[in-house]
Amino acid sequence: MKRERKIRVMVAKPGLDGHDRGARIIARAYRDAGFEVVYTGLHQTPEEIVEAAIQEDVDMVGLSSLAGAHKYLFQAVVDLLREKDSGDIVVCGGGIIPDDDIKMLKAAGVKEIFTPGTTLDEIVKWVRENVTPRR
Amino acid sequence: MSDLVEKVTNGDVRAVARLIRDVDDGMPEVRDVLKALYPHTGRAYIIGITGAPGVGKSTLVDQMVAHLRKRGKTVGVLAVDPTSPFSGGAILGDRVRMQRHSLDPEVFIRSLATRGHFGGLTQSTRSAIDILDAMGKDVILVETVGVGQDEVDVMRNVHTTVIVVIPGMGDDIQAIKAGILEVGDIFLINKSDREGTDKTLRDLRLMIEMDQGKFDRGLWKPPILKVQAVFDKGVDDFLDAVDRHAQHLEQTAGGLKSRRSPDRVRQEMVDMIKTRLIEEVLDKLTESGDFDRAVNAIVKGDLDPYSACENLVFPALGGTSAEG
Repeated sequence: MKRERKIRVMVAKPGLDGHDRGARIIARAYRDAGFEVVYTGLHQTPEEIVEAAIQEDVDMVGLSSLAGAHKYLFQAVVDLLREKDSGDIVVCGGGIIPDDDIKMLKAAGVKEIFTPGTTLDEIVKWVRENVTPRR
Repeated sequence: MSDLVEKVTNGDVRAVARLIRDVDDGMPEVRDVLKALYPHTGRAYIIGITGAPGVGKSTLVDQMVAHLRKRGKTVGVLAVDPTSPFSGGAILGDRVRMQRHSLDPEVFIRSLATRGHFGGLTQSTRSAIDILDAMGKDVILVETVGVGQDEVDVMRNVHTTVIVVIPGMGDDIQAIKAGILEVGDIFLINKSDREGTDKTLRDLRLMIEMDQGKFDRGLWKPPILKVQAVFDKGVDDFLDAVDRHAQHLEQTAGGLKSRRSPDRVRQEMVDMIKTRLIEEVLDKLTESGDFDRAVNAIVKGDLDPYSACENLVFPALGGTSAEG
């Protein structure tokens, strides 16, 4: 009954962007999908996000950025996770992100980028298909 | 396995994080690790912080971490948030208030969901406390919303239990009276710049002084302190009160060892046996399919749940009937 791997994810807002409505809605959708969601709040540095992800032993980190610094911030999270022997934690992102940047971020190791218009159901479905609880 | 034990006792963050996950997910392999870690526990001072949602527990814990670090202590934090009974998911948001400590290597913060397990919260939280203890943290802070028997039990397993209230929650004090109030060692009125602080103070004092007889016999009398966690006011005085309570435990109950007093060990064993028994019995019954068959029979109206329970439990325990 009890031996159950639950999907644990972290929702984080890197950088100086102050808009977290989207991140909160995503967190709620994850909860309703049965995931455990650690929310870090606003204004996080990549270092803080990575350290928290390791302490919380999450399977995925979802990054939200609406302020334009996604290229640097998302890649920094991926790189730091790898550096800390935690490259198995899936990183995905969301926000207003141009197509060219999506290509670059995916090449850098961000597994998926969700742009405006993506439904919550699609995102949850993607997580279920791409994130396994405890590798 | 000895490799893992060594990593934990050396304070390896990733090893500790993963082990707590295994405990929470109920992986049977962790039992041996916990057994091996047990001799390394019993050094940490454990403080429980409880109170209704919105009273400022996480903010208070954040300030406590800052002050404890200034006092040279290493700190572990376990922040427990409720699991949704509908989806099984949880939003663990206590960390939002504590993230400034995330880069301090001497601080380990972990969010836990209550999940659904039968009395298992007590069990898994206790194991997580032991892990942080073995990891070498000097002080462990456990934060829970103080409702439900499970959480009361968690609070009974710490050294100092802190109850946080805010002004104007008179009815709330009534509500906590029955359960968790008896286990409070220190009462904090947070947000004490707000109107109604003095009335809340009087209410609490009145309630505590009803036990004056006990205090006359030398039992600890819980102090009531005012704090404003968000402005970092009163937190140092509050930690001094925790120290005084620790000294009191030292003189009357053997200090850190008080967690291993016969009463507490008895309680711990009862919890552990309960959790383990339920786990073993339910596992057996679900694996054999007996459980689902009984459920179906009750749904169809062929069987009553009382008989079903009897039919299931006794054979699973190795007997044959209620008498057996």
